[in-house]
Amino acid sequence: MKTDTKTKAGTGIGFVLIMIWCLLPVVWIISLSFKSTAETGAGSPQFLPKDATLDNYKTLLGVGTLSDGTEPDPAVSDDFIQALINSFGIALIATLLSVVFATLAAYAIARLEFKGKRLVLSLALAIAMFPVVSLVGPLFDMWRTFQLFNTWPGLIIPYMTFTLPLAIWTLSAFFREIPWEMEQAAQVDGATSWQAFRKVIVPLAAPGVFTAAILTFFFAWNEFVLAISLTSTTDSRTVPAQMSFFVGPDPFNPPYGQLATASVVVTVPIIIIVLLFQRKIVAGLTSGAVKG
Amino acid sequence: MASINIQNLVKKYGDGFPAVNNVSIDIADGEFMILVGPSGCGKSTLLRMIVGLEDITSGELTIGERRVNDLAPRDRNLAMVFQNYALYPHLTVYENIAFPLRLAKLDNAEVDRLVRDASSTLELDEHLERKPGNLSGGQRQRVAMGRAIVRQADAFLFDEPLSNLDAKLRGQMRTEIARLQKRLGITTVYVTHDQTEAMTLGDRVAVLKRGLLQQLATPRELYDNPGNLFVAGFIGSPPMNFLPAEVTGNKVKLPFGEVEIPAEKAARAEGRGLLIAGIRPEAFEDAKLAESKGVATGTATFSANVDVVEWLGNETYAYIPFEAPPEVTKQLAQLEKELDSEALRTQLVVSLDGSSRITAGTEAEIWVDSAKMHLFDPATGENLTVDNEHAGHIPREAATV
Repeated sequence: MKTDTKTKAGTGIGFVLIMIWCLLPVVWIISLSFKSTAETGAGSPQFLPKDATLDNYKTLLGVGTLSDGTEPDPAVSDDFIQALINSFGIALIATLLSVVFATLAAYAIARLEFKGKRLVLSLALAIAMFPVVSLVGPLFDMWRTFQLFNTWPGLIIPYMTFTLPLAIWTLSAFFREIPWEMEQAAQVDGATSWQAFRKVIVPLAAPGVFTAAILTFFFAWNEFVLAISLTSTTDSRTVPAQMSFFVGPDPFNPPYGQLATASVVVTVPIIIIVLLFQRKIVAGLTSGAVKG
Repeated sequence: MASINIQNLVKKYGDGFPAVNNVSIDIADGEFMILVGPSGCGKSTLLRMIVGLEDITSGELTIGERRVNDLAPRDRNLAMVFQNYALYPHLTVYENIAFPLRLAKLDNAEVDRLVRDASSTLELDEHLERKPGNLSGGQRQRVAMGRAIVRQADAFLFDEPLSNLDAKLRGQMRTEIARLQKRLGITTVYVTHDQTEAMTLGDRVAVLKRGLLQQLATPRELYDNPGNLFVAGFIGSPPMNFLPAEVTGNKVKLPFGEVEIPAEKAARAEGRGLLIAGIRPEAFEDAKLAESKGVATGTATFSANVDVVEWLGNETYAYIPFEAPPEVTKQLAQLEKELDSEALRTQLVVSLDGSSRITAGTEAEIWVDSAKMHLFDPATGENLTVDNEHAGHIPREAATV
């Protein structure tokens, strides 16, 4: 009994410590987002806002009236909302393309015996290890020549490329776990190879597909270096890049409140997406397929 | 429904090893054909060639009137039950069974009728909405069968369907499969390594060894007239006894003494030197009991030291060790290896009536029904005393052990 209580207390304390460690920055950002510029500029800001205000949210999203009675500056909110749209569009398209290509490639790698299979896999890994920064210069020149600079495809292509290796590795591991007989049974039942793939293999690999999708989406959503280098206007600038333009009127007094607010706003969709996809990542989906 | 004709089928893998070597089997419409053999004999490969999951290196495969060598599995219209069932875990039992029908684009009412038909045949009605993961082994097995019988396939193919079930369930499902096949009257090819399944289920049985067909015959023919040592050792449980033997005149000299055999059998083996005699445990009897049944035991009785006795109620197994000359021992050890088993010592297993009073460690009078004795050539393994008219088909190349 005594050890039980001790263990419980220890677990509780450990839990609280980890929660504080992980969530303190998040709480700090949320708290910042409710502070006015005057408060964030003060010498020693306290943790919780003195007078909580929604001004930062109103300014960024361009709704309502600020506490000083003025309308929010439409230039700021328009830019931010456009950046949000860009982020969503680019991240979603990059994710979709990456997952589709990775699924097909991983299936081939898992199922077929062909020359250079190892080479393909090691090349993919090599690409994943390549530092993105080193490609910024060449890409910048190339994209300008190809008229891809400051366009959605200009970001979608590199995002897709950099996430493909990881997606292929994740998915081919999943495909290898699926018994061959599943597919053969489908073929005997009258399915073409494509039907067997679509109706049997893909549903079984769904957890892998969603894992790959989440990883890809995170990368594209949070990416900064390429986003700032390959864009020049809000036509294609994503939120992380757009946030670097929040300078405010006073260069020595950056609008921390607005930056924090933008961070909160971009984090919310990520949390929603993870919660949605998490339900799909059910481990052990293949149990019951074959006699274990 | 259709007949399946296998003509000189060969399967060679990349390294040139023939997994299936020149096998010819004709399976009549509605026949229950068993492919049996120890592991690695090519029986599963042969089945997968029929269904189209393995390429055919050479030979002809016709189903009905159609040559199907180069057809994809989906175009052969065969239904298969896999060893590990291969159910679709993301679909319910209902959708698993309906899967082939949905691919054939049948309308929903028709699908529903056929699925419910199959599920009631297999008593799966109450499980239709469950996922395979929540079913027991036997239920999964039935779902796999349901998926096979639901459509009008030309033939059923079973790849060791019962090997994953426990012994009791295996017996039940065996009867169930036999009943189902008789009722549907559909051509069936059934792969197994279990000689009991082979004997009980098959109209005819094809025994394979290392890719070669050894004998193609009815279970009774295989039991009574095995074509060679391998078939003789494989069929029957407990397995056939193999003893060194020498024939002079009408007499066979066995390690325990001389017994007389029918003149016709003796003539075929006369003057061949050292042979291997094959006698099934069931061909022996306690001499006293045999006499009381009115059998003339005079010419075929010997006395031997019984080592161990196993009394099973209805019958008794007695074990009698003996010494064999090295050339026979070597041949028998080789045979055991081919049969996937390991004989620790050369011993005679005799099956006696349960009422026999023979006890372990005593000298017993044993009678042998010498008409049921087979004599094998130790060099080739060929059965010299085979009754060719009642032995089905024995391919010529099978004789080399």
